[in-house]
Amino acid sequence: MLELVLIAFAKCVFLFLAFLLGGAAILSWVERKMSAVIQDRIGPNRAAVFGFTAFGLFHPIADGIKMLFKEDFVPARADKILFFFAPVLSFVPPLLAFMAIPFGPPVAGREWLMVSDSQMGLLFLLAVASIGVYGHTLAGWSSDNKFSLMGALRTSSQLFSYEVGLTLSLLGVFMVYGTIMPQAIIGGQSELMWGWLPRWGIVTQPLGFILFMLASIAETKRAPFDLPEADSELVAGYSTEYSSMRFAMFFLSEFVGILLVSAFGAVLFLGGWNIPFLAGDAWWVVLLQVGAFLAKVGALVYLQMLVRWTVPRMRFDQVIDFGWKYLIPFGLLNLLATAVVLAVWR
Amino acid sequence: MLEQLIEYVPLLVGVVVAVGTALGMLVLNAVLGPKRTNPSKHEAFECGNPSLGPARNRFHVKYYLVALVFLVFDVEVVFLLPWAVEYRRLLDSPLLGGIVLLEALLFVAVLAVGLLYVWKRDALRLD
Repeated sequence: MLELVLIAFAKCVFLFLAFLLGGAAILSWVERKMSAVIQDRIGPNRAAVFGFTAFGLFHPIADGIKMLFKEDFVPARADKILFFFAPVLSFVPPLLAFMAIPFGPPVAGREWLMVSDSQMGLLFLLAVASIGVYGHTLAGWSSDNKFSLMGALRTSSQLFSYEVGLTLSLLGVFMVYGTIMPQAIIGGQSELMWGWLPRWGIVTQPLGFILFMLASIAETKRAPFDLPEADSELVAGYSTEYSSMRFAMFFLSEFVGILLVSAFGAVLFLGGWNIPFLAGDAWWVVLLQVGAFLAKVGALVYLQMLVRWTVPRMRFDQVIDFGWKYLIPFGLLNLLATAVVLAVWR
Repeated sequence: MLEQLIEYVPLLVGVVVAVGTALGMLVLNAVLGPKRTNPSKHEAFECGNPSLGPARNRFHVKYYLVALVFLVFDVEVVFLLPWAVEYRRLLDSPLLGGIVLLEALLFVAVLAVGLLYVWKRDALRLD
């Protein structure tokens, strides 16, 4: 029991602090640098340690230190308790959801590269990740600011609208592989079709992958679906009244959310840690597979960033329309098509 | 019973670590940050103008409608989850193999009629 707790503690500390918060910090740099390249600017390049700028890689660290030394401020009219807990509520769920993601195959018969191998499988991820909406909505409501309230209403409506589409797009994958356990899904994807084609989710569920990517971009609240914090209309949306570390927590939770949907997409549609035609349990194989998983996550993050900086913002009623009138009907269609194909092609 | 619960212990540890990280960041910020206050700092931000009163006014009922419709559809999708996971095994079972597809068609048809209804009643129009 104690051993179990200690191992889980070590894994969590490594996953949350080193991987996710470090990853989110680096992503903030990637985003700024990428937007700069796309807009023909230079991007962050000033923060320096002894004259070294390292392509602006010190900027995330400088940002973190700055946020830490800013005033911890609560506006007089805000609801004190909700204002305090809202950032925590939006920051914690995406971290927790990562516990159900396997970063590599079982090593020596145990799940060393995954925090929690519970029977809930990916259902846990879906359930926990959707708690985040409470944080954003309560943040907007408790601030007692008109922009914040508008942002909160938009956030809740948008996340509601795309939650159904997101879950529908996953049902096809669950049908094809017949399980919700992440390792079993990756096991199913490791097989080959007709002896040469990897049975990845993107091959068996191409429409599902497209629907998943659309819904997940909307779930992370980024352009073209960034209405909840549309800077030119709502100042900063639900986080208008937030400053210092509380603001940083919304900021970090957004980037961890990007990592989360990318990792989720990699597990479901890109074969997780699977490398086709490579199997075995030698240490270098496992290392390659973990590397492959991180590369797949990176590829999906890159795709999302590219969309973020090339597509203009939609109007809010268009966003809601798109969720209900395209994503959900196509999700149902995908579900039925998968059911018929599986029934006929047995 | 206890053996089954043990697999959820890592999740509990994760909750503690994640909440601890969040609270730690906030406490550190509260200790390290300055404390300087003035009346205008406490006013709600309205682009520099004096605030026009509290923000907790009435807002459009359509946001509520979207939430209501979501509740119905999300529950229906949850009903589809166990069916989706067991679908291939049910296809092979001699007893249910024939009707498992028909069942889903019927369920999705009911779902589609519901969606069509809220669509035509303009419950999903926010403009």
